[in-house]
Amino acid sequence: MPRLSVWYVRTSFLHLILGVTYGALILTAKAAPGWGWTWRLFPCHIEQIAYGWMLQFAMGIAFWALPRYLQTPKRGDERPVWAAWALLNLGVALLALGPWLRTDWLRWGGGAAELLAVILFAAHAWPRIKPLGA
Amino acid sequence: MPPLVRFFVKTAFLWLVLALGLKALALTSWGASIPAITPVSWHALFVGWLTQLIVGIAHWMLPTIPGARRERLRGDERVMWGVYALLNAGLLLRVISEPMVIARQEMALWRGLLIASAWLQWLALVLFVGNSWLRVRPAVKRGKRG
Repeated sequence: MPRLSVWYVRTSFLHLILGVTYGALILTAKAAPGWGWTWRLFPCHIEQIAYGWMLQFAMGIAFWALPRYLQTPKRGDERPVWAAWALLNLGVALLALGPWLRTDWLRWGGGAAELLAVILFAAHAWPRIKPLGA
Repeated sequence: MPPLVRFFVKTAFLWLVLALGLKALALTSWGASIPAITPVSWHALFVGWLTQLIVGIAHWMLPTIPGARRERLRGDERVMWGVYALLNAGLLLRVISEPMVIARQEMALWRGLLIASAWLQWLALVLFVGNSWLRVRPAVKRGKRG
């Protein structure tokens, strides 16, 4: 597994742990009076599970498993994929913190960072989606 | 495909069918009146189907541990059986207890089961990450896939 995929997958694991912790606290609140404050974690739960965990895990595995080029670098230019990793995690962090951020532009920035991350990743992956050995 | 992985994947398909069944039910006037049917169907889809499928396939496909004994190549198999049991027991408990908590607020039993369901699922996924963390690593040998 390439080092870049290791970073993607391990970061996705960290989001999974945080995301399910928030989810468990929120579910606890449904049964325990006095735990209502945990509902403030709901945006964090959604962001970290859907994008931090599932999307990021899929991107990390895709970078590893998609067909490689015949010439080096076998997986193409890694720099946009590193940038996508940084932008995705910045975006997830900003959107997860949405309820606490007083300014809309930080949340818009989070959305834009996520969008740019997937554009960079898709542009990298696009030419790798090809027959083996092509 | 190892037996444990087959259990994960086949059980994931059962949850997928249940999730879409609940979704279809929620579209009827009678189904829509069932308490918590929407969050339950969403979690059947995202935990029962998608997360369980990822966990099962990841257990199969992630790099094995170099130099480990054959039965330890994918980490501790007993832990992953525990993950399977905890995840499915927790989710099943949620599907049953969440509507009951809303319908019968006064019954502490259902509230206790709902709280248990939350932390069983949490424990399952923490154990999965713990068992998989060291398998997510750069390739060791040149020439091997990695």
